[in-house]
Amino acid sequence: MTSFWAVLSATLVKDIRLEWRSKDALNSMLFFSLLVVVIFVFSFDPLAEESRHIVGGLVWVAFLFAAVVALNQTWARELRNQVLDAYRVSPAPANALFLAKSVGNFLFVSVLEALMTPLFIVFYNLHVLGPAWQLIPIALLGTWALVVNGTFFAAMSLRTRNREIMLPLLLFPISIPAVLGMVAGTTAVLTGENSAHFYIVLLLTYDVVFTTASLALFGTILHAE
Amino acid sequence: MKKIFPILSIVTVALLGYALYLALVVAPTDALQGEVYRIIYYHVPSAWTAFLLFFINFVASIRYLTRSKASTENAAKWVAIGIGVVGLVAPFLPPVRRLIPPGMEPSAVATTIVLIPALYFLVGKLFPGDRLDVLAVTSAEVGVVFCTIVLITGPLWARPVWGIWWAPGDIRLTSTLVLWLIYVSYLVLRRFSNSAQTQMLAAALAVFGALDVPLVYLSIWFFRTQHPQPVIGGGGSMDPRMLHVLLFSWLAFLLFGFLVCWSRFRLELLKREVEQAHAMESLAGAEDSEKASLPLSRSSR
Repeated sequence: MTSFWAVLSATLVKDIRLEWRSKDALNSMLFFSLLVVVIFVFSFDPLAEESRHIVGGLVWVAFLFAAVVALNQTWARELRNQVLDAYRVSPAPANALFLAKSVGNFLFVSVLEALMTPLFIVFYNLHVLGPAWQLIPIALLGTWALVVNGTFFAAMSLRTRNREIMLPLLLFPISIPAVLGMVAGTTAVLTGENSAHFYIVLLLTYDVVFTTASLALFGTILHAE
Repeated sequence: MKKIFPILSIVTVALLGYALYLALVVAPTDALQGEVYRIIYYHVPSAWTAFLLFFINFVASIRYLTRSKASTENAAKWVAIGIGVVGLVAPFLPPVRRLIPPGMEPSAVATTIVLIPALYFLVGKLFPGDRLDVLAVTSAEVGVVFCTIVLITGPLWARPVWGIWWAPGDIRLTSTLVLWLIYVSYLVLRRFSNSAQTQMLAAALAVFGALDVPLVYLSIWFFRTQHPQPVIGGGGSMDPRMLHVLLFSWLAFLLFGFLVCWSRFRLELLKREVEQAHAMESLAGAEDSEKASLPLSRSSR
C-alpha cells in the first residue's frame, strides 16, 4: 500500500512540475477554450434571459473540447524515451499510475474552468437565479467524469493509428450521460426553474461506476500485448 | 455445415417473404394510425434483434476479458450464476412483484433473466478462445446494421403519427441513438487499431458501453416519454392477430440476422487464418533469406 501512494504521488508531482515549467497543456487549453467562447459570442448574441438557457451547454462544450487537448498530451509524454514501456515491466501498481494521471488532469482542467468561468460571466452578462453553490459539486463531479474516462480512453487510443482523433471518438459517446447531467444541472441552477439534485446524483453515480470500471480494467489495457 | 447454409438461406427468404405478406395483407389495419403502422413489423423486430446482438457482444467481451486469468473467470462464472438464481427467485417475492408493471407475468420476467446466465455459458461453450473475439466483432457489426434500420424506420413512422421526425429527450429514442453511437465508436476503434492488442481494447470498450446504457436511461428518466410502452407484456393492448404477425416477423428477422452473422463469422475466421498463414510465410521466408545471405555477406567481406 505504501508503494501505491509513493508511485501515485511521485507521478503526480512529476506531472505537475512538468506542467508548471512548460505550461503546454494549460496554455493550449486556455487559448482553445477562449477561441470557442469568442466564436460562440459571435454566433449567438442573446439577451441575458435567453443566455441562461443556453450558456450551460456552451460552457461544457468549451470545456469538453479543451479537456481533450490536455488528455491527448497526458500519455504521449510518457512515450518519449520509452517511459511507458519501463513502467510496464516495473512491478509498480498500474492503478497508481492511472489515478495519478487522472488527478493531474483533473487539476489542470479545474484550473482552466476557474479561469474561464469569469469570462463566460462577462461575455454573457450572467447572473445566477438558483442556488449558486450547487455549481461547485456539478463542476467537480462533471470534471472528474470527463477526466477519468478521458484518461482511460487516452491510454487506449495510444495503441491506435491517428490517436489524436481517436480519443474524442471513443470518449464522447460514453460521456453523453455525464454531459447531459452537467449541462442540464448547470442550466437548472442558472435559471432556478427546477432542482439540480437529480443531476448531482446522476453525476455521482456516473463517477462511481466509471472510476470503478477504469480501475478494474486499466491494468489489462496497460499490459495488453 | 456447408450444406445447411444454402438450405437455411432458402428458408429465410421464404420466411421473410411470408412475413412481408402477413404484414402487408393479413395483419388488420390499425384503428388509430391506419396503414402507416405496418412499419412496426420492420421496426420492432429489427430493434429486438439489434439489442440481442449487442447483448451477445457484451457477453463475448466479458468472457474474452476474464479468460486470461482463472480467478477472474471463476468470479465471472459465479456472478452469472448469482444473477440467474436471484433473477429466478426475486420476481416472485412480493416487494419486487409490485415493481413489475401490471400485465407482465413474474414468471416471464424470471425466464428472461435466467436467459442471461444461459447465454453466458452457451457463448463460452460454443466459442472457445479467440473465437469469442470473432463473435464479438460479428455481433457488433450486424447489430449496428439492425440498429441503423431501427433509427431510419423510427422517424419515418414518427413523422405521420407524431407530426415530428424525432423527439429529443425521449428515453427510448435517445438511448437507442446513444447505443448506436457507442457501437459505431467500437467499430471505429477496431478499424483504426490493427495491432495485437485490438481485441483486448475492444472488449474493454464494449464493457464501458454496456455500463453506459443504464446511465443513459437514467439520465433521461426525468423527461416525458413519447415512445409507446413495450407492446409485449406491457399493457396487452395489441390485437392478438397483430401480435402473431409481429412475432412471426421477429422469427424471420432473427433467422436472417443469424444467417448474416454466420457468414460474417466464417469470413472473419478465414481472414484471420489467411493473415496467420501470411505471417508464418514471411517468418519462414525471413529465416530462409537469412540463411542464404549469411555466406554471401561473409564472402563479400
